[in-house]
Amino acid sequence: MKRHAPDLIITTAPFLREGSSTPELMRQVLLATIPVVAAGTWFFGFGALLVIFTATVGAVAAEWFLSGNRSGLGTLADGSALLTGILLGLTLPPPIPLWMAFLGGAVAIALGKVIWGGLGHNIFNPALVGRAFLQAAFPEPMTTWSAPVSSWFSSSSPYVAVDPRTFALPLMRVKTDVITAATPLGLAKFQGKGTDLWSLFFGNTGGSIGETCAVLLILCGLWLASRRALEWRLPVAALSSVFVFSSTLHLIDSTRYPGPLFMLLSGGILFGSVFMVTDPVTTPITRTGAWVFGAGLGFLVVLIRIFGGLPEAVMFSILLMNAVTPLINRATQPRTFGY
Amino acid sequence: MATKMDDEEKQKLYDEFVKGIWRENPVFIQVLGLCPSLAVTNSLMNGIAMGAAVLFVLVCSSFLISLLRNVIPKPVRISIYIVVIATFVTAVDFTLAAVAPDLHKSLGAFIALIVVNCLILGRAEAFAGRHGVKESVADAIGMSIGFTLALCLIGGIREALGNGTLLGYSLFGPNFEPWVIMILPPGGFLTLGAYLFLFAYFKERSEEKKQRQADAARNLTEGRRAA
Repeated sequence: MKRHAPDLIITTAPFLREGSSTPELMRQVLLATIPVVAAGTWFFGFGALLVIFTATVGAVAAEWFLSGNRSGLGTLADGSALLTGILLGLTLPPPIPLWMAFLGGAVAIALGKVIWGGLGHNIFNPALVGRAFLQAAFPEPMTTWSAPVSSWFSSSSPYVAVDPRTFALPLMRVKTDVITAATPLGLAKFQGKGTDLWSLFFGNTGGSIGETCAVLLILCGLWLASRRALEWRLPVAALSSVFVFSSTLHLIDSTRYPGPLFMLLSGGILFGSVFMVTDPVTTPITRTGAWVFGAGLGFLVVLIRIFGGLPEAVMFSILLMNAVTPLINRATQPRTFGY
Repeated sequence: MATKMDDEEKQKLYDEFVKGIWRENPVFIQVLGLCPSLAVTNSLMNGIAMGAAVLFVLVCSSFLISLLRNVIPKPVRISIYIVVIATFVTAVDFTLAAVAPDLHKSLGAFIALIVVNCLILGRAEAFAGRHGVKESVADAIGMSIGFTLALCLIGGIREALGNGTLLGYSLFGPNFEPWVIMILPPGGFLTLGAYLFLFAYFKERSEEKKQRQADAARNLTEGRRAA
């Protein structure tokens, strides 16, 4: 007589699985970057798209070359290298030479991810490691901004506008007299000029390719949060922390310190909160930890922006908070049930 | 009979000399003497000067220490090594200050810090204190050439990328965009790390190759035996 195997599976917890996976998560975030890439291209011209593309090529090439996989897609299949490249490209200034974008992408993957042991083992956000390297290596091109060529409903020439500096030969620079623009934060810090909040909200200002259009970033963040693709506590904590600290300063002396709305809408804090702070690898995994991380981040951003030498501080603040993330995780570990 | 002995001795001396240059390179393989390798290598010239200073100090101190190895009391040997090394470092320091004041200035405190360079103390402790004069000097020359080579490799890359020059001569023309990070301290760490990575990679590859050859040879003999 034939015996059937019993329909009894003996296993340990967890018994219920969510069914989400790394490639799925990456796909959602990649989808969320599409409108941001499109807006960057519209505002800063075709050159901006080239910069993003080249940074992505650099990241993907480095991942392919260094991961040691020679058959199939290997570690490229999870889409994280693609995402790192796009996010790096979005944080670069529009007129940056393409070879720098490529180098930044390669450094982001090599020094930001692969050297630690690959996805999930890195301490620092890979895209920001690439950007920090570029900032330290090429301080001048990394702080040269171009004015947007379009606003929301009118455009001078978005499809052809490519800054001549973009096509500098590798290791070289192109000397031109292109009209440069300052970022709103640079204007506020070095020239004491404010910027219209509506321009900041709709993105009609100078700045990194992906960071200018506040309304789009907020919508992308809300969409990702609604799909549960990000931990909403992290961006909310970071933004409220910036709000609290900058309002405090603004209340003390409103002529010297800019208001909280300006601090939230200008620079990279919205972009960083939606796309960088929510990186599940380099930020706390506990709920309390998320609040601690966000509070610390906001404090550092306000501190460096207002009292530091540089106008923008989001990159360094996120990297610094990445460094203390293991500590936060350990300190905020919830008590095991029953102990 | 006598010529054969000479040949053997020569071969041994040659081995001691050559091992420090590549196979046991002090910086890339032994990872010793990193303080000057990171701190003064922001130009090729600094690397060469530092290497030359270390060459002088290492050869002289190895010579003296191997000469005195039988009269140095074991418990206080380290302090005696330090005194011997410091004597030669002082000589180098004053000579450089008199002959090339600019170079002396750019190397700064790192000339004086050769006293505590773990490469020199390491060779004194591990080699010169236990071997004859000839072997010790051969070893010292090889090691310092390896050290100089490493410093030049690091300094060359850092100067070329960070300044667009090599020994002061422009490499890329006036439109070069310097990588500021490479002449700053992080550039030293990045370059040294890249070299260590390369050396480890090639070492691993050659070991794998040896392993494969050994496997193939064993398979061949086993196959013959089976046949």
